[in-house]
Amino acid sequence: MTELVLLVDAYLVDALPEIWFGAVMFALAMYVVLDGFDFGIGMLYATRDDEREKETLLTAFGPVWDANEVWVVAFGTMLLAAFPRVYSRVLADHYLLALGFVLALLFRGLGPEMREQRDDERWKRYWDYSFIGGSFLAPLLFGTLAGRWIFDAPTLSLPALLTGVGLVTVSVATGAAFLTAKTRPRLASDLRTYGIVATLVYLIGVVALLTTVVVTDAGGAAETVLSLPVGAIVVLSVVAGGGGSVLALRGKYRAWLVSALGLPALLSLLVALLLYPTIYPPTGLTVREAIVSPLALNLVTILGFPALLLVLWYFKFLYGVFSGPIEGEGYES
Amino acid sequence: MFSTALPDVLIQGWALQLSPELASRAQFGWTISVHIIFASLSVGLAPFIVYFTWKDVRTDDERFTRLRSFWVKVFAAGFVMGTVTGIPMSFQFGTNFPQFAEVAGELIGGPLAFEAKMAFFLEAVFLGVLLFGQERVSDRTYVLSSVLVGVGAWLSAFWILIVNAWMQTPRGFEMITRNGMEVAKLTDPLAAFFTPRMPWMYVHMVNASVISVALLVAGVSAYIVWKKRDAAAWNTALKLAVIILLVTAPLQAVHGDAYGRHVADTQPQKFAAMEAHYETGTADLHLLAFPKSIDAITDPKAENLFTVSLPGVGSFLASGGDFDAEVLGLNEYEENPPVAMVFWSFRFMVGLGFLFIGLALWGGYLIYNGRLSESNRFLKTMIAASPLGYAALLTGWYVTEIGRQPWVIQGELRTSEAVSSTLSGTEATLTLVGFVVIYIGLILVALHVLRWLVEDELRELGAKVSDDDRWYGPVPKVSDDD
Repeated sequence: MTELVLLVDAYLVDALPEIWFGAVMFALAMYVVLDGFDFGIGMLYATRDDEREKETLLTAFGPVWDANEVWVVAFGTMLLAAFPRVYSRVLADHYLLALGFVLALLFRGLGPEMREQRDDERWKRYWDYSFIGGSFLAPLLFGTLAGRWIFDAPTLSLPALLTGVGLVTVSVATGAAFLTAKTRPRLASDLRTYGIVATLVYLIGVVALLTTVVVTDAGGAAETVLSLPVGAIVVLSVVAGGGGSVLALRGKYRAWLVSALGLPALLSLLVALLLYPTIYPPTGLTVREAIVSPLALNLVTILGFPALLLVLWYFKFLYGVFSGPIEGEGYES
Repeated sequence: MFSTALPDVLIQGWALQLSPELASRAQFGWTISVHIIFASLSVGLAPFIVYFTWKDVRTDDERFTRLRSFWVKVFAAGFVMGTVTGIPMSFQFGTNFPQFAEVAGELIGGPLAFEAKMAFFLEAVFLGVLLFGQERVSDRTYVLSSVLVGVGAWLSAFWILIVNAWMQTPRGFEMITRNGMEVAKLTDPLAAFFTPRMPWMYVHMVNASVISVALLVAGVSAYIVWKKRDAAAWNTALKLAVIILLVTAPLQAVHGDAYGRHVADTQPQKFAAMEAHYETGTADLHLLAFPKSIDAITDPKAENLFTVSLPGVGSFLASGGDFDAEVLGLNEYEENPPVAMVFWSFRFMVGLGFLFIGLALWGGYLIYNGRLSESNRFLKTMIAASPLGYAALLTGWYVTEIGRQPWVIQGELRTSEAVSSTLSGTEATLTLVGFVVIYIGLILVALHVLRWLVEDELRELGAKVSDDDRWYGPVPKVSDDD
């Protein structure tokens, strides 16, 4: 029974609280990257009038969005399991933003699914609005909420709103990159313009956000922002965004997709840097203060990490099944 | 902690406003009621989908191709509704009941995270394959995908019910102080996950989901058969649903009886509310209850009702064999749950349960005589009964959840203490109204989608679907051709 006693008294490894902070941030990154391009598809959908092009976008979205969306649940429940007070405060202190976000997800998810249920122009048009509106509002509200959390700023403030806009634009960029890699040249060259513009706006937004934070010292984050790692993230983002745009113009869409997906991943890394070690800046709560007791954390580690690996394998399988270009309503074989 | 002296409803300036506590509870109750219909649809329909897919791939029988294709569409629409209504549930633990999330975090966080990682992902990923991938994967992988979707749905229920069962019969923890707050610390994971309530709840809920879906399948099949007698696939589906009901409906009654005894043991206050038993002493079991006055509806007390009762059987059940055993009455407690809702919900659920047994036996008798699809009376009854499984399932949950009040964690944390102290009545009322409006729209859309799917099916079968024959919701226009 000595092993069990060990499980109760101490973390499996000393750094387990930090590892869990990393795991929660990894789930956030997966969500921002994967559902981000879903949101992008939804927003770019607004630019399409042709029914066949719309169907192409929906075919790219259909098989994967639901699984992508589950990452927000994984993120939330992992946060709850490891840092219950942070989960409580983040949601309770941003009540309307949080519930607005889940309602936006509701409209986004129902849109494409319900649209297909009936061949009626008005019916389809309303569900299109639902899809587009939800795809725009969800990243805006999620980003704004994150901005409030990280920078301890009110909703109507530059740090919060710029984070929201940043998430919207990076979603458009990855959505465009994902679609160009999966569709025919004519549609692709049309979509890449939006992607490149969104990338540039995103980069300007990130720089503006970090400048605002340095000037106002929002949430006491100025010092972190001026550190070397954050500088490196900014440089890498500019390289990924700029280089990606060049690749896009040259028609190298798969390479563009890889560099575009790097943008939200770097953004999540930035969030992680800003939230460590003070995981809830408004009350100054740190990772070590907020973490659950050893037994609870050891348990979710032993049961949860193999499950997480399995989930990653599912995703590899899913994206393997639905790889390759799309035309109209179907995948080409 | 949270002041109960505040009025629950007040008019502030221009608008009617509810207290944060009342609005939060109403919102959680309403959103979970809608979510549970779709969640249990996934759980109940999963075995049907697996069976149809397996038969379809295995035998190439056109009947099963048809049934699989139809019910996968229902499953897909239901799953999307389940996803979009499910995400607000775990969020509300944080937005509306943050003290609950914080106090119970170590106990409920793990199971909820496992639900996401082990169940929800499994269901979502392989449903993508099931819906869009038939041409892109082998038959074996395709059947396996349907099995994995089903396993995901059942595992999902497993982890969620671990959380709920813990709230009813909390075990495996001790209260400690962390960051200035009394919180539960996990001390024994096995005891915390497999609480006394867990096995009762899981069997009862999964079986209830299967019964509800069997009634839905029977109702839809009966409608199509009624319109088109020689629809072979739907005659098969009707028969299958009746056979499943013949097993599951009696099982639920037998199991429910034992479950009730367990509730009396572990949550005597809830049991007393279920029987409106106020005075401590011998308890009768009221098989049927009729209110003597309007008051008796809103405030039922065993002594104010006309009842058909078995004297002392309440005591017998609660004690496990003693007709004179003392059963604690509601007068013993400082604060009680809303007795009327618990008392009547319980009777409604049990009454429906017996009705389902009757329907199953009727259908079984008709199968035995080979006249299942010939009796218009039976077909119409089954059409009318198609939503009733969900009515029983919801009222059963009302008994469980409202009966636990005033506690959110039985004996440990009151619901009023769990409500967010930073939430304003205006915010809470606003989101409550939003959820009510949006979810009513959602239910209407779901009913329309089901109607269109049925109409499409009838059209494909070559039956007449005219405009004056519209089917709004589960009950069709019944003609007098009996």
